[in-house]
Formats: sequence, structure tokens, C-alpha cells
Amino acid sequence: MSSHYEAPIREPLVLGEKSYQDISADVAAPVLGKANKSWWIVFTIALIAFLWGLGCIIYTVSTGIGVWGLNKTVGWAWDITNFVWWVGIGHAGTLISAVLLLFRQKWRMAVNRSAEAMTIFAVVQAGLFPIIHMGRPWLAYWVLPIPNQFGSLWVNFNSPLLWDVFAISTYLSISLVFWWTGLLPDFAMIRDKTKSPFQKKIYGILSFGWSGRVKDWQRFEEVSLVLAGLATPLVLSVHTIVSFDFATSVVPGWHSTIYPPYFVAGAIFSGFAMVQTLLIIMRKVSNLENYITIVHIEYMNKVILLTGGIVTVAYATEYFVMWYSGVPYEDYTYLSYGAATGPYWWAFWALIICNFVVPMTLWVKKLRRNIIWTFIVALVINIGMWFERFNIIVVNITKDRLTSSWTMFQPTFIDIGTFVGTIGFFFVLFLLYARTFPVIAQAEVKTILKSSGEKFKNLRAKHGNDVSHVRALDGGPVVEKPVASQNVVSDKAKVDSLLSTIGTFNPDVEEQDDLKLINGVGPVMEQKLHQIGIFTFDQVSRMTDREYDLLDEIVSEFPGRAKRDDWAGQALILKNNK
Amino acid sequence: MAAKKIHAIYTDDDLLLQAVNQTRAAKYHISEIFTPFPVHGLDHALGLAPTRLAITSFLYGLCGLTVAVLMMNYMMIQDWPQNIGGKPSFTFYQNMPTFIPIMFELTVFFAGHLMVITFYMRSKLWPFRKAENPDPRTTDAHFLMEVDVDNHDVETLSEFLYDTGASEISLIENEQDH
Repeated sequence: MSSHYEAPIREPLVLGEKSYQDISADVAAPVLGKANKSWWIVFTIALIAFLWGLGCIIYTVSTGIGVWGLNKTVGWAWDITNFVWWVGIGHAGTLISAVLLLFRQKWRMAVNRSAEAMTIFAVVQAGLFPIIHMGRPWLAYWVLPIPNQFGSLWVNFNSPLLWDVFAISTYLSISLVFWWTGLLPDFAMIRDKTKSPFQKKIYGILSFGWSGRVKDWQRFEEVSLVLAGLATPLVLSVHTIVSFDFATSVVPGWHSTIYPPYFVAGAIFSGFAMVQTLLIIMRKVSNLENYITIVHIEYMNKVILLTGGIVTVAYATEYFVMWYSGVPYEDYTYLSYGAATGPYWWAFWALIICNFVVPMTLWVKKLRRNIIWTFIVALVINIGMWFERFNIIVVNITKDRLTSSWTMFQPTFIDIGTFVGTIGFFFVLFLLYARTFPVIAQAEVKTILKSSGEKFKNLRAKHGNDVSHVRALDGGPVVEKPVASQNVVSDKAKVDSLLSTIGTFNPDVEEQDDLKLINGVGPVMEQKLHQIGIFTFDQVSRMTDREYDLLDEIVSEFPGRAKRDDWAGQALILKNNK
Repeated sequence: MAAKKIHAIYTDDDLLLQAVNQTRAAKYHISEIFTPFPVHGLDHALGLAPTRLAITSFLYGLCGLTVAVLMMNYMMIQDWPQNIGGKPSFTFYQNMPTFIPIMFELTVFFAGHLMVITFYMRSKLWPFRKAENPDPRTTDAHFLMEVDVDNHDVETLSEFLYDTGASEISLIENEQDH
């Protein structure tokens, strides 16, 4: 197929000699199998952290916000820092699944499912903070414009905090349906693959009765594309609206028009760092190294490098404009005792080192393709981006216009415990996801197997891109050889006699083997064997001279081939090694 | 609905695409195809009409925008025209910049969700719905083409399908049987 042409310069995205069956099997393996010991250990740790955080939240809500380290000057600190941090992390998922879909980036397919999951779990964590940082969270429903008994008292639509409510809830719900719709074919695959009746039932419900009709697929692709088109401006708008919490204020250091794009770039930056952190572990634990390859890691590092560069330019711009503005408060915030040399100098320099200096190493190709270094850089960025939000929020308000209101901020154990709790909750959700969901969009990966799979790229390299190689790949158009195919059908008696000794294939209980592994069987021959009804090594291994002759009579193109290559002997070895 | 159908199973998407072209050229009627992943160009080869979901999404988006404008105009300008921080609440137009974020979000919200619901309705997808793929392998790696027998000769039809490269061919007597 000419549509499978891909420039040879592109590195394969699916490694190994994978077939469509292999992809489903590899993706389904963690779901169908059992969790190992290390999974339980990590899960337990995450669960404990989550429960501790839950305790902190309950304590805060029942005792009062005063248990946090906030004071009269610093009304927002860890709560909103964590909120923005989590929302930012959530942005990479939609970026990968939506923006990269619009740009037709094939490499997104192996990572988008997990990135979307990460989005949803991160937004859930983020969504906790706007509620628990309220003084009276039980009245949180007042932020909704619901008709009520107070003469119908409405909300004020001028506030960015209300825009946040709309932005975050739209973002979470749209991401959720986008993710779920993409999951339907994969749930269906597990439903049809599993042998356990319980799993069959559960995945039958989850897959919404997906059958894979051609019309369904047509609509599915259109829905994905439109949702991607909607999600892309959504991603940009959500973090823009989050940045409005600060940018629309009058606080020096917050009031800045650069915030919307700068926050979005930072969100993608930190989000990709988190995707790297999670996927580098997951590809190892779930044996998905053939799908999440070093190429994927390198591409994500390039996005990190780009967005990290944008963030750095934003820092420089802020500094320049501060000096250029001639406003003494702005000047103070940034230069004097504000950020770089003030009491929070360490937070400022942590930001510069983590977000600018360390990611710069990714310009070096060797380091960009080094998994361990990538993992370290990703962790460092996660820390650095937390400090970025901390600096923006806390450092700017500790020293505002009136010197009499200057103060410092000190977090309490409850602040820290709540944050740790959300990290625990995030990993609880992610670990459960990794055990029960198909973590790679297998239906999507199958569409790129022929264009970007290693096996097919090698075949193309050997045989060229034109018709001849198509035949090698696909078994070729059988109609072009009417004589041979006519034989297959008219020789029904011979076929029956052949199958009577080597056995018939029952698709319900048996799985077919890749007959091409037998030396001498190519794709065309495999196609012929399938037409006759030979699908397994077991069948081939029972062939004797009589069957070889029958085969030669039925398929006249390769006389004597089977005998020369000793297919039965080869198949026996393959069968036993299976 | 034809009582007799032939299920031809293919193991390769390119082979399937070619078979669809041949079958259509031979004037046999393909009633359904089940594939494990979207085969690009298959809807085209089959002559399916393009889907109109994108159009519905656009209309839903307009609904969302309308809802946002009417809601905020009523609550902020008509019902309680309060002075909140000196924002001009005399007309919708004067205070519009602060309404834009929510106008945008509601447009996206309506366009996205209502389109997805429309998709689920049109394709009959919902929890507890029974899957209807006749062979469980069609969600894994096999491609199933369902051809109406009608008044064609079953023997010739199956021979024809054999020649298109089908690896398994079975005759389905009745729609309800499988």
C-alpha cells in the first residue's frame, strides 16, 4: 500500500517483529495477569500517603484553615501552589492526545492513553484544593449559579475564581469523555480476549458494546478529531484562566500580561516531565519497551526542551519589563530583597537551576536519549515547577506595597501532609489504572504498525516501496493467479484428505501461530496455508511425505519446497519452544 | 434483511481493502465489516456517506455560547446590576471582557459533550449493551466481511471470496443464530 510509505529517515516506533496479535497480547498482558510484589509494595506506600493526606484534610476542614501556615498577608501558599502544580501536570495529557493528534504525530499513540490518565488523575488532585482551602467548604455549592430561596442570589461572573470553576470542571469532564471514547475499542479487545467470566462481564459493561463496525470507526475517528480540536483551545484556556487568578490582580509581580502563555508553557513543561517520570517506570514494569521506545522518550525530551526554553524566555522577559517599567514596586519585587536576593533566595535559585540549567543538558543528544538521565531531569523539573508556582504565589505577596504588612511564610505539617496525600492519591489511582486499563491505545498503534513498525520498515528497506514489497507484506493479490487459487477450491477432496491426518484448526480453543517463522514460508505461502486450513505449528509438524505431496498438488507454485526445508521438523521445534 | 449471509475472515487490512474493492466491483452486497482498528479508506471503499457529527458539534457549540450569554446577561445585567469593584454593569457589552472566559468554556462544554452523547446514541453504545461482533477475534487481529447471499449461488460466492484472499469462510443461515 502506498499509504504505508514513510520516509526511511524516521526511526521505527514499534520495535520487534510485532504482528497485530502481538500488540493486543502485549497490551492485555498486565490486565489479564496478576500484580507482582513490587506493585503491591508501591501501592501500599501510596495508599498510606493517601490516607495520611485524607486525615490532614479532615483535620483542616473540621478544625479550621488556621492549622495551615497561612497568615494575614499570605492567604495563599501551599494550597494554591499545589493546585496550580497539579493542573499544570494535567496539561501534558491533553496536549499529547489532542495537539499531537492535530499535528498527526504518530509517536503520540503509544503514550497518549497514559498521559490522558495522568491528566485526569492530576486534575482530580487539583480539584481538591479549591474545595479544601475554603474556610467553609460545605457552602462550596454557592459558587454555582443555581436558582435559590435568597431571591435568587447569583454568583459574580467577574471573578477568575469562578472562571476556574467552569474551566476546571469543563476540562475534567471533556478529558474524561475523550479518554473514555478512546478506550472503548481497547476495552472491547480485553472483553473478547479474557477467559475469566468476571472480567468478561466488567469489560463488557465498560466497552459499551463496542463491535468495531466500519461505520462506528468512521464516527469514532471524526469524534476524536473534533474532540482534539476542542480540547486544544481548552488546554490553552484552562491554564490561562488559572493564570488569571494572579494576572488580573493588582499585586506587583502578579499583575502581568505575560502570564497566560507563560503558564501554559510551564504547564506543558511540567506535564511532560511527569509523563516521562511515569512512563519510564511503566515501560519497564509492564514490559512495554517495544512500544514506548527511546524515540518516544527523545521526542518528549524535545518538547520539554522547547517549553522549558519558552519558560526561560518568560523569566527573562519578566525581569526586563520589571526594569523597563520604572515602577518601584515591580523593581523591588524582582531585584532587591524580593526574589533573587531576599529571604526566599533559595527558592528562586532552585527554580533557575531546576527549570533552566538542568533541562539545558537535554540539548546533548547522548543525554536526551539516556533513560536514567531523562528520569533524573524529569524529577528535577517536577520540583522546579513546584518552586516556580511557590515563588510566584508566596514570594510576591510576602513583600507587597506596605512595609508594615511584610511577613514570612512557614508551612505546617498539615500543609505538607495534604500535599503528600495528593501525591499518594495520584499514585493510588495511577497504579490501579495500570493494572486494569489497557495502558496503550492498541487500536491506534495497530494503524501505524505497517508504516512505522520495525519489521515493516526493514522489509521496505530490503524490497523497496513499490508493488513488489506490498506482495511480500500482504501475501499479494491472490486474484492475479487464477490458476493457483482455482486449485485451492477445486481440490477440496485433497484438502480434506490433507487435514484428516494433520488435524483441523479450531479457532475457539486454539490460537494460530505465526507460520512465517518456518524457514521457507513467506507471507504468500502462509496465506495459502491459511486458505487450506493450516494455522498452527502443531498441524505442520504432523506432515509427512504424503502430506507434502498433497500440498504440492494443491499449491502448485512451490513444488518440493516443504520437503526440502523440512517444515515438519522446524514446526516441531517451534512448537516445543513456544 | 437477508436471511443468508457469508462471513469471510481476513487476516490483513490491505487484503481486506482489496477484497472490498473486488467484492463491490463484482456487485455483491457487503452488509457489514468488523475490524479491530480503523482501516483508513475503508469507509470510502465501501461507499459510506461521511458522518455529520462535526456539524452537530458546531451547532451544539452555538447553543453553549447562547446559554452563556443569556445566563450572564440575565444574572449580571438584568437581575442584579450591582457594582462589584467598579465594573460597569450597565450593559452586557460594557462588562463583556470578564464574561469571555465562561462564554468560551460553555461553548466547548456543550460542543464536546453533546457531540459525544450524539455519537453514543447514533452508534448505539452504552453500558450494558451487548457487543455484536460475530467473532471475538475481530477486536484482536481479524477482519470480518459480511456479504449478503441474496439470490447468488453460495458456491460461486464462496469461491469468489476465497479468491479475494479470505482465510475462513462460513455461511450464516439466520441473523439471530450467531
